[in-house]
Parts: sequence; C-alpha cells; structure tokens
Amino acid sequence: MKTAFKRITRSGFLNFKRNAFISATAILVMVITLSVILSTVFLSAVFSMAIEEIKDKVDVRVVFQVTATESRIMEMKSSLENLEQVSEVTYTNREAALASFLERREGDEVIKEVLAELGENPLGASLNIRAHDPSDYNRIALWIEGSEFNNRNDGIIDNINYIDNQTSIDQLITVMSSLERFGFLSVIILIFISILITFNTIRLTIYTSRDEISVMRLVGASTGYIRGPFVVAGILYGLVAAILTLTLFYPLTLWLGDTATGFFSGLNLFYYYVDNFGQLFLLVTLAGVIIGGISSYMAVKRYLRM
Amino acid sequence: MIHFDSISKIYPDNTVGLSEVTFSIDPQEFVSIVGPSGAGKSTLLRMLLAEDRPTDGSIFIGSTNILDLDKYELNDLRRNIGVVFQDFRLLPHKTVYENVSFAMEAAGKSDQEIEEDVPYALELVGIDHKYASFPNQLSGGEQQRTAIARAIVNRPEIIVADEPTGNLDPVNTFDIVDILRKVNELDTTVILATHNTGVIDNLAKRVVTIEGGRLVKDSKTDRINSL
Repeated sequence: MKTAFKRITRSGFLNFKRNAFISATAILVMVITLSVILSTVFLSAVFSMAIEEIKDKVDVRVVFQVTATESRIMEMKSSLENLEQVSEVTYTNREAALASFLERREGDEVIKEVLAELGENPLGASLNIRAHDPSDYNRIALWIEGSEFNNRNDGIIDNINYIDNQTSIDQLITVMSSLERFGFLSVIILIFISILITFNTIRLTIYTSRDEISVMRLVGASTGYIRGPFVVAGILYGLVAAILTLTLFYPLTLWLGDTATGFFSGLNLFYYYVDNFGQLFLLVTLAGVIIGGISSYMAVKRYLRM
Repeated sequence: MIHFDSISKIYPDNTVGLSEVTFSIDPQEFVSIVGPSGAGKSTLLRMLLAEDRPTDGSIFIGSTNILDLDKYELNDLRRNIGVVFQDFRLLPHKTVYENVSFAMEAAGKSDQEIEEDVPYALELVGIDHKYASFPNQLSGGEQQRTAIARAIVNRPEIIVADEPTGNLDPVNTFDIVDILRKVNELDTTVILATHNTGVIDNLAKRVVTIEGGRLVKDSKTDRINSL
C-alpha cells in the first residue's frame, strides 16, 4: 500500500513535469477559476460593507414637543430599549439640537435674527432609534405611533420622521435585499461556470492520454493505479494555480487599495487581503486542490471502461 | 492450455468478425496466426485479452473461461499475458526503463525485483543502452524491443504479438521475430499474428490460417491428419 502510494505520487509528479505544456494550460485555466472565486470573496466583503453603511444611515427619529419633560422622554427611551428589534437609542436634548442646528447653519444671519426674535429655543429634544434589521423599522414606527407617548391628550411626540420617509426607506430595504439575493445568485453561477471550464480543460488534458490509459489497462494495472497519477497531477495543478492566484492578488489589491478604496465603500482591499490571508489561503488552496483532484478523478473514469 | 471454443463475433451491422473458430494452443507452443488484413486475427487476440467479447463461444486458459472473470480477475489475467502491438503503444512520457518497470509496478512487484528484472529484460531484447531514452527518441525497431521487454518482464506464461513487425524494415523484422523465438525457448507460449507470410516461413512453427473470420487451415491438424 505504502509502495503503491509512493509510486502513484512519483508518477503524478513526473506526469506534471513532463507534460509541461498541458500542465501550464490547466494551471492557467485554474488560475482564472480561482481568481473568480477570490474576486467574489472580495466583492462580497465590499457588498457587505456597503450594505452595513446604508443600514447605518437608516434610523427612526422621534422629535418631541418643546413641552415634553426629560423624565417622560427617558421613560419612552427605556421602553424602546426593551423592544427586541431595537439595537440602540440615542437621546439628543433641546440644547444639543439647537447647537447642532446652529452649527449646520453657521453664518446664516436670518436664522440668527429669527431665533433672537423668538427669544427661546424652538427645537424639541429627539430620540434616534436603530434597529437590528432594517425590516424592523416599520414595526418600531408602528409601536411608537400606537404608544401612550403619542396619544392625543397627553402625548409628547411632535413627529416621527420614519413615517415621512417610509416609502424611500422601504424601497431602499427592498433594493438591498434584491441586491443581496442577486449577488449570491451571480456568485454561484460564476463559480459554477468557472468550475465547469476547469473540469473540461482537465478532461481535455486527460483525453490526450486516453491511449496511455488503455495500454495501462492492458498490462494489468488496477483502476486505482491508473487513476492515481492523474489525480495527483490534478491536485498539483490546483496547488500551483492557488499559489499563483494568491501571488497575483498581492500587487492587484495593493494597487486597488491605494486607488479605489472610496469606490469600494471605504474598504481597503489590500488590508482586507493581508488581514484575512490565512483564511483566503486556505479557501483558494482547498478550492484548487478539490477542483483539480475531483475533475481528474471524474475525467479518467470515462477512459477506464474497458 | 489455451482453447478457443467455437468463437463467433457478429457486429451490430451484421458484419462477421469471426465465425465458429475452434482450436487449442499447448503450453510453451509458438503459434503464428496468419491471414490477410481484416481476416479476424486481431479480433481473436483482443478476445484473448478480454478487450472485446465474442457474440458466441468460450475462451479457456487452463480451466478458466475468461469471459466469466470480473474486472479484478481480468487485471490478474492481463498481468499474466504479455502484449506486443504493431504500433508499439509505449507510454510516451516515460523512459524505456519506466515503460518496462511500469508493467512490474502494476503487478505489485517490489522495488528490488524491479531493479533486478528490468535491466535483464532490456538486455535480453538488446535495448539496455537506451534505458533513459523516451519513445520519441527511438527508432521503430527500438520501440518494438522496448514493447517486448515490457511484455516479458513479468515472466508471463503467454506472449501475444499482434503484427509486431508491421511497421518495421526487414532487418528489424528478422530481429524481432528472433527475439520472440528466444522468448518461446524460455518456455513462454507465443501467439504471433501477422499478414506477412515471409515472417513465418523461416520459423518452422505451427501456423493457423484465418480468412473471412473462419479458420481455414491449421498446420498442426494437417500434420496429424497426414500421419
């Protein structure tokens, strides 16, 4: 068994080395496949970051009447924090709201004059509510709307800005979910096509050896002994292609990291590549070895029927 | 003993490959199967190697009907039959030495046995000086010598040579037939198929003639009948 394994491995290495042109072709195609797989990993990271960024910008803002007391607002804040859909509630008091407003309108003399004429702070305090999932905003807004803090007699809420922006937020959420689904589907299709191309390339390389396989059969070689060296060569194609792909992505991500970080939702691809190198190395190498090995295994099968 | 028992081969388009061919070959015998191209010689040999199955009939080696063997038993059978083809069929990416040692590796022989037997087989056929060459670096005669070395290296009981001189010049033809004769003298049964009657004229061995898929003449039975 040990001797057979040694012979099969040696034979696989020799086939790989002596069929240099065929090996180079198979490796080139596998580099393309592995690049597609690695690119989809990067794309999915960029996509996740973009979605997180959009999700971050969506919230429900409740603006209170100027007469609302801080203790009532705090009461509502803790009620909201007890909702399982809510991830974070931020309180902005009237003074902070005014300061922020003035900061945004710095240099606007008309505003200053109007405020001076009013003689008091016209802005109410507010609560900014973040949900764990964007689809929960509607439920949170409905809860606020139906709560005791919004009743006609002693309600403290002036307006809920989610209700004003509801249509655009719902549209954004729909677009995001569609994009997520479309992204996942296109990744699956891309990877499937790449694997199919690799499989066919390896099948062609083994097609050139079909006479050899029949001769091996005629000298009484067992199925495992014939198939083994081809599988070893297939695994080697995958290994070399994985190393080449990972090497190729180093300068590529370095360049993209420098030039296109803004385009990729602020994700620096080079840092992402370096920080996750261990996992990416494992993923690409395993993908290469599995695709190469299985493709060879299946391709030889056809010529073993004798 | 090898016994072809009423072997017939009819192809799906009703072409007759072989028709009720019956004859036996004794152990250590040298038998030439002759006939024009398309007579059915190669078909008969392919059946002996279980590369093809007859439509009807049985093929016995000893008491075993080879048509009843499973794929593992077929591997064992093939390791016990050395094969030489007209087109040599060497493994193109292996050296002369590796082509011959492959047959021993496939038979599960040890490294030590391979190191001892391969040089001996190469020397026997006169190709030992080219042990590191690849098939495309060899002449036709040298390739056929390598193929014979591969066929004999496991010391099989039977050697099957299908038109082994078909691609060779007269000098190499003579040499190859001479090697097969020597192999036979080492107690190996040799079955030589050829359409070139000149090859067998000097052998003075048994000749079976096949034409149109039928056995039309067997020098052994003719001799017995004439006694």
